[in-house]
Amino acid sequence: MAIVTRGFTGRGRRDVNLPPGQYLTEDFPVLSAGPTPRPNLDKWQFTVTSETGQRFGWTWPELRALPSETVTVDLHCVTRWSKLGTHWEGVSVDTLLADVDTAADFAMVHAYGGYTTNLPLADLLDGQAWVAYRYDGEELDPEHGGPARLLVPHLYLWKSAKWVRGIELMHEDSPGFWESAGYHNYGDPWREQRYSGD
Amino acid sequence: MARAAVQRRLTWQPATVAQVRTETESARSIVLDVPGWPGHVTGQHVDVRLTAEDGYAAQRSYSVASAPELDRLELTVQRVPDGEVSPYLADVAEAGDQLEIRGPVGGYFTWRPEAVEPVLLVAGGSGIVPLMSMIRGRAAANSRVPFRLVYSARTPDDVIYAQELSRRVRDDRGLDVAFAYTRGTPAGWPRPPGRLDAALLAEVGWPADFIPAVYICGPTGFVEAAANLLVAQGHEPQRIKTERFGPTGDREAAA
Amino acid sequence: MTAGDRPLDRDEWVDGNEAAGILQEIFTMDITTARGRCAGCGRVAPMAETRVYDHAPGLVVRCPDCDAVLLTVIRAPDRAFLATTGLTYLEVALPESATSGFTGA
Ligand SMILES: Cc1cc2nc3c(=O)[nH]c(=O)nc-3n(C[C@H](O)[C@H](O)[C@H](O)COP(=O)(O)OP(=O)(O)OC[C@H]3O[C@@H](n4cnc5c(N)ncnc54)[C@H](O)[C@@H]3O)c2cc1C
Ligand SMILES: [Zn+2]
Repeated sequence: MAIVTRGFTGRGRRDVNLPPGQYLTEDFPVLSAGPTPRPNLDKWQFTVTSETGQRFGWTWPELRALPSETVTVDLHCVTRWSKLGTHWEGVSVDTLLADVDTAADFAMVHAYGGYTTNLPLADLLDGQAWVAYRYDGEELDPEHGGPARLLVPHLYLWKSAKWVRGIELMHEDSPGFWESAGYHNYGDPWREQRYSGD
Repeated sequence: MARAAVQRRLTWQPATVAQVRTETESARSIVLDVPGWPGHVTGQHVDVRLTAEDGYAAQRSYSVASAPELDRLELTVQRVPDGEVSPYLADVAEAGDQLEIRGPVGGYFTWRPEAVEPVLLVAGGSGIVPLMSMIRGRAAANSRVPFRLVYSARTPDDVIYAQELSRRVRDDRGLDVAFAYTRGTPAGWPRPPGRLDAALLAEVGWPADFIPAVYICGPTGFVEAAANLLVAQGHEPQRIKTERFGPTGDREAAA
Repeated sequence: MTAGDRPLDRDEWVDGNEAAGILQEIFTMDITTARGRCAGCGRVAPMAETRVYDHAPGLVVRCPDCDAVLLTVIRAPDRAFLATTGLTYLEVALPESATSGFTGA
């Protein structure tokens, strides 16, 4: 058992409404596994690639012209902080996949800067995931993944790829960046699926 | 001074705050009692872990500030205003409090008293900490190797260890110190405040043909800039060792 | 905060030195003085001269020349996951001893 340091509280607080092992934070900690990508909006593209190689692409103005939704969701980071009631605006992944004819069961999400994360396609559908570009009423800051990030709030936050640039649909599952480095393949915070083997 | 290296697995050890000392408005030194502490090589750091009542834990790295000693070490922590760990160490911790440390670690950014080449130290803000350990360790080992410290701080009030440094310049033979201020200078200072630049480094640093061992420490942006300036002046990149503290100091404390 | 009022490069990294603690916990020796070769660009340099991103779900060590991920460490309470993703080798200094030939077939 670790030694308790008197007077230290840190950013986190225990709260009964949180998934196991999580602590509440009011801040929005910035996590980055590499240099912050700054894609040029004139060249920015979001691409969906089906398992047969069919490609669907949106430029930045095209993405912004799609119908958007505003959502209020809780975020749970595997580094143990949770932030409740965050406000986002973006395009539902259902909208982006509406015209895609697919029999795939899995998806690999790709981001500017090379980051990847995998998840079952079903977890991106039915109003569970968005490509978000506004946070708290403002354009999304690069440090939080702007111009656009994936938002899949029912899984640990590493699945919500910052600087998202595309979704690749796959028949076979394949691990992304953190999933191949030791984190759990699925990452459900309520079942505390942090590490591989949990 | 280091205990015979018993092969022990590195792990977290309890440390008790023995004393705290205010250095500047935003920095404090913390003396820690660590039973069994083996001493360190100057320039090394420790990882500090703080655990809250409810189990929440955070850890950060801090350089050892003191000269090598058994069972005791000293850290100096600069408060980062929106930080998680540094405000606790810089404002809250008091004698008797307990925390955990892991170390000493890092065999690269180190200076040993056996070394014979002249040493150029370049500090930005709290980057002075591991360099101060070298200065103190040099004196403790009676080394006469020439040491020059170039220390960039915001204003004279932000200079950590100001009194000790001026005492050591007087007493430690072969040590000299040059200050550079980025925001405010003492009255009558020959240069206006500003970032460390090539002209200043050429004036107060050492020429490359002196072939010093160079240690640069501070906020990431400061270290980057200082290292580039020194390479441009002909210092060999292999002779320049760096320790970057991260982005924080850049906005507040230093350069 | 909007994109415009931040410095472009946030310098969110520190030197490889910072990884000394967790790597020594795993290897029981200092790895920051070991030299590693980047699989991306072939650079060979002490691990202390790499770039460490530590405000992340794990420790991410990158090549300073090409930004490739060299190594990651994820620390769980009772175990660690070490991935040497982008290192073709790690050269570790050891006490001198006679090299023995390879055994086996
Ligand atoms: C080897 C080493 C030795 C050090 N020695 C000392 C020392 O002797 N004295 C000293 O005062 N400090 C030292 N530091 C810095 C120290 O480890 C902490 O980074 C500092 O005290 C700030 O911690 P914090 O928890 O208060 O701030 P945090 O809560 O970590 O950060 C505050 C703000 O800065 C940003 N930030 C800070 N660091 C990073 C980062 N690495 N990546 C991304 N964002 C970041 C955060 O996003 C946040 O906005 C050292 C660092 C290293 C790597
Ligand atoms: Zn490389």
